[in-house]
Amino acid sequence: MQDVESVAQLTSWLVTGRILFLLIHLLGVALFSYIVARRLVPLIRGERDFRLDQPWVRLGRVLKYWLGQWKQPRYRAAGTLHIFIFVGFLVLAIRAFSVLIVGVSRNFVMPGSSGRAGHIYDIVTDYAATVVFLCMVIAVVRRLVFKPARYAVPVRFGKSHTADAIFLLSLIALLMMADSLFAAVKAAEQSPQGQPVGVLAAFSLPWMFWHVLVSTPLSTLGRLYFGAYLVHEVTFYFLLCYRPFGIQFHVETSLFNIYFTKLDREILKPVRWGVGDEHLDHVKSFGVKTFEDFTWKHMLDFYSCADCGRCSDNCPANTVGRPLSPRFITTKARDYSFQHYPVFGRVNNGTALVGSIYSQDEIWSCTTCGACEQECPLLVEYIDKIVDLRRGMVDEGNVPQSLQKPLKALASRGNPYGKMEKKRADWASAKEFRQICRVKTLDHCNGTETLYFVDSITSYDDRMQAIGRATAKILNHVGENFGILGAAERDSAHEVRRFGEETLFMALRDHNANAIKASGVRRIVTADPHAYNALKHDYKDVPPVEHISQVIAREVQAGKIKFNPLLNQDDVYTYHDPCYLGRHNQIYDNPRRVLDAIPGLKRVEMSRSRDRSFCCGGGGLMLFYEPKEDQRMGVKRVQMAAEAGANVIVTACPFCMVNIEDAIKVAGMEGKIAVIDLTELADQQIVRECPDLKEEQAAEIKECVTASSDSLK
Amino acid sequence: MARIFAYIAHKDGVASDAAFELAAVARKIDPAAAPTAILTGWGPNLDAACKNLGASYAETWKIANEVLSYPNAELVRKALQKVLPSNSIVLVAHEHFGIDLAPGLSVKMGSAFVSDVLDIAGVEGTGIKLVRQEFGGQVSAHVQCDVSSGAVFTIRPGAFRATESTAGRSLVVDKSGEVGSLAAGRRYLETVVAEAGDVDITKYNVLVSIGRGIQEKDNVAIALELADAMGAAVSCSRPVVDAKWMEKSRQVGSSGKTVKPKVYLACGISGAFQHLAGIKGNPFLIAINKNPKAPIFQVADVGIVDDILEFLPELTNKVREMRSTPAK
Amino acid sequence: MEIVVCAKRVPDTSENEIELNTAGNEIERGELVYTINEPDNYAVEEALQIVAKIGGSVTVATIGGEDDEEVLRREMAMGANHGVLITDERFSGSDGRGIATILKAFIQKGRYDLILTGVQAEAGGAQIGGMLAALLDYPFASLVNSIEVLDGRRLKISREIEGGNKEMNEIDLPCVLSIQTGINEPRYVGMRGIRQVASVPIQTFSAVDLGIGAGTAGAAAAKVKRVDYFVPSLGKGAEILHGSREEIIDKVLELVTAKGGLK
Repeated sequence: MQDVESVAQLTSWLVTGRILFLLIHLLGVALFSYIVARRLVPLIRGERDFRLDQPWVRLGRVLKYWLGQWKQPRYRAAGTLHIFIFVGFLVLAIRAFSVLIVGVSRNFVMPGSSGRAGHIYDIVTDYAATVVFLCMVIAVVRRLVFKPARYAVPVRFGKSHTADAIFLLSLIALLMMADSLFAAVKAAEQSPQGQPVGVLAAFSLPWMFWHVLVSTPLSTLGRLYFGAYLVHEVTFYFLLCYRPFGIQFHVETSLFNIYFTKLDREILKPVRWGVGDEHLDHVKSFGVKTFEDFTWKHMLDFYSCADCGRCSDNCPANTVGRPLSPRFITTKARDYSFQHYPVFGRVNNGTALVGSIYSQDEIWSCTTCGACEQECPLLVEYIDKIVDLRRGMVDEGNVPQSLQKPLKALASRGNPYGKMEKKRADWASAKEFRQICRVKTLDHCNGTETLYFVDSITSYDDRMQAIGRATAKILNHVGENFGILGAAERDSAHEVRRFGEETLFMALRDHNANAIKASGVRRIVTADPHAYNALKHDYKDVPPVEHISQVIAREVQAGKIKFNPLLNQDDVYTYHDPCYLGRHNQIYDNPRRVLDAIPGLKRVEMSRSRDRSFCCGGGGLMLFYEPKEDQRMGVKRVQMAAEAGANVIVTACPFCMVNIEDAIKVAGMEGKIAVIDLTELADQQIVRECPDLKEEQAAEIKECVTASSDSLK
Repeated sequence: MARIFAYIAHKDGVASDAAFELAAVARKIDPAAAPTAILTGWGPNLDAACKNLGASYAETWKIANEVLSYPNAELVRKALQKVLPSNSIVLVAHEHFGIDLAPGLSVKMGSAFVSDVLDIAGVEGTGIKLVRQEFGGQVSAHVQCDVSSGAVFTIRPGAFRATESTAGRSLVVDKSGEVGSLAAGRRYLETVVAEAGDVDITKYNVLVSIGRGIQEKDNVAIALELADAMGAAVSCSRPVVDAKWMEKSRQVGSSGKTVKPKVYLACGISGAFQHLAGIKGNPFLIAINKNPKAPIFQVADVGIVDDILEFLPELTNKVREMRSTPAK
Repeated sequence: MEIVVCAKRVPDTSENEIELNTAGNEIERGELVYTINEPDNYAVEEALQIVAKIGGSVTVATIGGEDDEEVLRREMAMGANHGVLITDERFSGSDGRGIATILKAFIQKGRYDLILTGVQAEAGGAQIGGMLAALLDYPFASLVNSIEVLDGRRLKISREIEGGNKEMNEIDLPCVLSIQTGINEPRYVGMRGIRQVASVPIQTFSAVDLGIGAGTAGAAAAKVKRVDYFVPSLGKGAEILHGSREEIIDKVLELVTAKGGLK
């Protein structure tokens, strides 16, 4: 209940400072505007990025990820803390605004603040300030005492960020205290005789201050009122102007960063947005070499990073000790932009990024698994940046020797091994296999429905050819009319593109696309998630593509595939989500349904599964790169499987198979844990009847089938 | 047939093994030939080296000159130009000195040149048919050479068996005076010795040697484990060093170390001669390679067509088993 | 420094299995892919690094036909300033000395301080550099694995000799060097780079341009001619062990123990 007298009294306490407060307002707003304007300068110089389309979808994203804080709960403790702080800030925003005005405007009363709504608002904000204050205390304690690992700064990346973090947290706490004190004093003024306090929430921070102030003389209250106001205003504007100099800038930029987020993550950034393939010859330089080569949105990403460390915490490269830590890709770029585009001072010329803030190995270490992007609460994008940085290095000829050989082989032979094109389909002519399954090569449009796109590793690697054969047998079993491209097939070039060799990628893609069109098929099936991803997202104008796990799941559902019970039912299976099937394409359930349809199969989930799956080490060209690491990603993954209690790992990707098989040997766990591909397992367990064949033939084939599908190779 | 000369390298007073191989080549070209050995150098080491060639060479020409104390091919060539009669056939070992000396010598002599000869297939008048290899040993070729104005041939070390010949004294002829003063546009400074690595592979009786077939650095561990189980050392061929998977000190070959083990396991090694040139003393050579056509199978004693990445770990396990169970 | 690198286009044999044709006297070339001779590529990279430090230009020259242009373009995409194709029907059938004679005539048309070749090509001749130097009367060094420019008239180079040792030499310019692989780490040449130089002009020289008569190059002048290719009958060769892996391992251990390899 504010009576006119009280308002007058309160106002009188501030009157002497009105000019000062006004000055601070003007200064603060002006400074902030100037700072923001300066921060926008590099964005104006950055490359273009089209982010204005589909406003309703974008608004939806804002509602989900910004307002809804959708990603925050992935880290329970920190997430909860942040949600409270975020909600608190939102709630307090209106109050903060009214507080600021009060100091300069006589009789200012926030519209709607008197009356019931105003009372409720006041109570809510009292609690909000308290909660935010408590969160600050908890946050500081976390930083100083519990020290979560992901906040640590490895020596090579500079000094710790803890001091800065504590400084900011303390300032926010101070702001809350000033705000609470201000409200407390106001209430104290109104009830020096112990009148009931209607506007203070019980046990809130203002309420506690009020208790302390109950018997304070009026003049002291006046000074406190003035002081709290001043501290509030100064702290508010200090924070406002300080935030754009560090990680807290995300308070302002997060809304925009999420609004402008990339809507379809699976479309890799082209060399230049808006420049079609045919016009690429006119582009002088490919990729990101200097800071200005980044797009404005990428630069906004750098500003918006909150240094939470969740990306690096989930990055497999970082976990195994490779030089890459995504968090520092962002913060180093931010520091660079602050240094070369200072708010106070002149823009000074930059240098090439790789070789100064980034090392070559740092950029080559990324497997593009997407765990970082999956985790980031601010939807910061990483893969496009890494690919762009690689394009820049390729353009300059800076490619590690270990990668030059497979790239050269891809250019001359269409596969990274340098093997002859005519041998690409040899896997299908293996003697025993040929007797039970014929795989035809599609050389011209002859009415075949489906293309089985095999890709290079499955075609040429002695071990992975088994996946090709198993897949063919499954397709045969369900009566699919399919064929392969054979010698006309080239590498899908999925990693060629992600390693920055865009021109070679386009050449291979166009060759494949033409061959696919010439074959006249109407759909594509593949057992290779990298090929799947490429055909689905990197290739244009090709028929729709499915992964074999989707086909099997569907046919199991339709009753066309039935499984025999497992011979050894003591085994414990676990499914490893391949990055390009799971995280990138959200195919998590189909493979699991297939496994669960096998009678007697016991299945457990690893703690890191689905979109938190841990990359096996990477595929395509990554198999040729020689990283500096403390341990192999595959070994870590095998250990995770063992921890989950499994002794059989099921994968659905030939690269996962290579890495995990290798890792089992390196980790010395042969005989303790085994790995099998989904197709091999399915093929092994499929119930087969051969009603059309004569008895002897059927018996022969059954023998072949059992002999050629060795369990757990 | 023209006169045949063999340029002989020497070290510390001992002529290189090639001396006797080159004599065998000379006799294959012309059984009636009396080949002449030529040695250059300075001081007592040169004299000592010249003395022991009597078994194979009737005549030894000695060219002593202080500037030749270190064999600088540029200077040696000038010296040889002065003393060699025209139309001679000159034989040199195909190794780093021969590669440096021979092609230029053939031009200055106005004679034909064929390098890295493996065999003499036939001689007819002024035409000699020789055998060489191409494409890293994947295929052999016959080459016809017109020696009417002489020839320079470099001979692959180890391709010809050194002849056990009749005893005899070699007449040492001092040709130093005919050479005059020697100067060249290239001057020898010093030899930088390769850093001694952690392991001296020349001291081991058994070597587990890896080549390109090991495929990646991480797989080197497979070989190290086998070597550890066998009490052997791991050596390698050049591509493994080029790829920086092992140190240079582990390389066996013409530009690496020369080894004389009792047993040599060539794992994933194709068998290029530059590698084989580093293996002396005729060890028991076991070759394991995925490619049944690998040239190594021609020189190995025993061959296994298999994937070393699978074979070696199993072999290691068996060795460990053997060693842990006491002999019966 | 004006540098010329003599390069050759050769079959890429890393995964190719060189096979004889059905007649058994030539190799099957139909499905071969070609590339620049690896040591030559190292030589071009070395030349580019020298020029980057002290200025000058890099010319890459090859003897052949239209097909060989792709090698010149690749090296130009890498950074070489000029590509030269020396082409004439009359050059075919040249032996090593013939090739060196042709190169000499070209080199003498310009003023080059440093001439580089790769140590050897697919035929394993390892001869062009040495012959070229002798024809030009320039000093020569083979198997070079490091180059340091001392001044405008001298280089300090090392040669690869036995045991991994390095023979350090000082050599006067102009000179000829044959370059060994591993001297540096060649930069990557991407498909885009090659496309960008697809229409850059390549200078060509014929026998007449170079004043080369029939007596000094070509088949007629050749003293060395390859007669055929063959695969020698394996004859002795290795005793290939057969059986299961286990059986083979047992046999191997038996043999090794017998030879004193295991105690």
